[in-house]
Amino acid sequence: MSRRRLLTGGALGVGGAVAGAAAGVAATAAGHRSPAPAPVDPGAATTVGTDVVPFHGPRQAGIATDPQAHAAFVAFTLHRGVDRAALGRLMRLLTDDAVRLAQGRAPLADTEPELAVLPARLTITFGFGPDLYAAAGRDDRRPPSVTELPVFGIDRLQPAWSGGDLLLQICADDPLTVTHAQRMLVKDARPFATVRWVQRGFRRSRGAQADGHTQRNVMGQLDGTANPRPGTAAFERSVWTGDGPDWLRDGSTLVLRRIRAELETWDKLGRTDKELAVGRRLDTGAPLSGRHEQDEPDFSALDEAGLPVMPDFAHVTRARVMDDRLKILRRPYNYDGAPDPAGRADSGLIFAAYQADITRQYLPIQRRLAERDLLNDWITPIGSAVFAIPPGCGPDGWIGEQVLG
Amino acid sequence: MRRSASPGVRGWAVRLGVTVVAVFAATGCGGTDDTSGAAPSPAPSASSDSATFAVRDPWIKAADKGMTAAFGTLVNDTGTEVTITGVSTAVSPMEVHEMTMKDGRMVMQPKTGGITIKAGGSHVLEPGGDHLMLMDLREPVRAGDELTFTLTFADGKTIDFTAVAKPFTGAEESYDPRSGMPMTPGPGMTMSPAP
Repeated sequence: MSRRRLLTGGALGVGGAVAGAAAGVAATAAGHRSPAPAPVDPGAATTVGTDVVPFHGPRQAGIATDPQAHAAFVAFTLHRGVDRAALGRLMRLLTDDAVRLAQGRAPLADTEPELAVLPARLTITFGFGPDLYAAAGRDDRRPPSVTELPVFGIDRLQPAWSGGDLLLQICADDPLTVTHAQRMLVKDARPFATVRWVQRGFRRSRGAQADGHTQRNVMGQLDGTANPRPGTAAFERSVWTGDGPDWLRDGSTLVLRRIRAELETWDKLGRTDKELAVGRRLDTGAPLSGRHEQDEPDFSALDEAGLPVMPDFAHVTRARVMDDRLKILRRPYNYDGAPDPAGRADSGLIFAAYQADITRQYLPIQRRLAERDLLNDWITPIGSAVFAIPPGCGPDGWIGEQVLG
Repeated sequence: MRRSASPGVRGWAVRLGVTVVAVFAATGCGGTDDTSGAAPSPAPSASSDSATFAVRDPWIKAADKGMTAAFGTLVNDTGTEVTITGVSTAVSPMEVHEMTMKDGRMVMQPKTGGITIKAGGSHVLEPGGDHLMLMDLREPVRAGDELTFTLTFADGKTIDFTAVAKPFTGAEESYDPRSGMPMTPGPGMTMSPAP
């Protein structure tokens, strides 16, 4: 089976994103009687704008979903005194907004309903920070690994990009759709919380490459080759909590790191050195021991001089995980701020890692990288936050009901 | 929660339809003097889902005190023209309002004769247009609160509906000071959302 077939099958099997997309369009056209503006005709050539990812389900959308082109990560700090009842009101409001927006319908009280008609595979994924559970009086329902990360020697964390009680991951294939969703959700959240930080990110536009491609980061590297694939047993085991009480089962955890790319010093490296630092070819993404991106790296291979072809200090060598249950799902987005007056870039990666358990899966990898990854010389973590991803909900439910209900 | 496979095109659309009707049935049949649960006006069949009067997408502007308003779309599927003459809720006296141009500015005033909706028709209540006015809140309406309202029809029948409170900074209409209402004129709807 070709990789393409595999990917297509996986997408259908897990998220139902493809089938759901067609369904959403049909429902909008047939059953919708709102006074909201008519759907925009995207033209015959594409359904990028009208594609729908179903919101409802046992698991939240936006994780197994093939990454959309644009993302906003929005973190909030709860107002003092926001308790479980207030959190319930907040999450009911936000869930209702997210349901409507994902279907291409305007949320209640939308002053710009025309901006809601092209969902472009919009997903809104909610994360709960460690302190939200305490605020709700439900710290016993916090996934134990959702707690502040230990300090790593490589970190240069800035408060402006760190922490948070509530996270919205807003993803769509259209940046204006993300902007509008963010605006509506922030408006509904602000009686309860202040905006702590917002990180906007992007990948290649949808349609520029085949769906399921491995994205390239601003350093030119293919990023995410070793990810577990949606629809596989490895993905099930590594990303989702498979058992336990209903506030944990079908949930996940998210580590969000803002990683600055030190492009000025990266530029000084020759191509061979860049490839040795990563352990992969820049053009094909193939491991230095192989020929194709998907080739398994051979860490025992030696070159003519008797040295490992995959250097021990290379990023791929340090980050490798052989056990499927210990893998993480990397779902990163690039960021690109304005260069400073001297022309030095403000670029990097919004590194979003999903895993069932941060302590068991993320931390061992991060420790190995922090201790000896040559790539550390050209990347700097400047933000860090952890969130529990509560389970999804059905049409009569709301996100967080198992925790806050 | 069900672990269902992704429904097909038709299944999704049908389920959406069922959900919508269920919501209307749950919120639109609470008539206080109409125990049959049928529509407020003569309806072809009490058991028919389509023969109902409903308030679709209702919401209310969250407010700590003073005035606020409820909005939504009134949908008349009863087969008969209906007129809404009054509205009430537990936390405030209420009036049915309209917006009108007076001396070059938009002001709100009680809507004389109520709101008439033709059979099969609908009527939008929205900021800047007709709305259901809460005149003087006895307690805060916080974001995310759900309030029950009772609409009264010209024939005396009523239905209940539930609206969720949204943070909203618009709808700061001023009251027409000459309309004879015992309210403080001016920007009476300047409200901040309550947590």
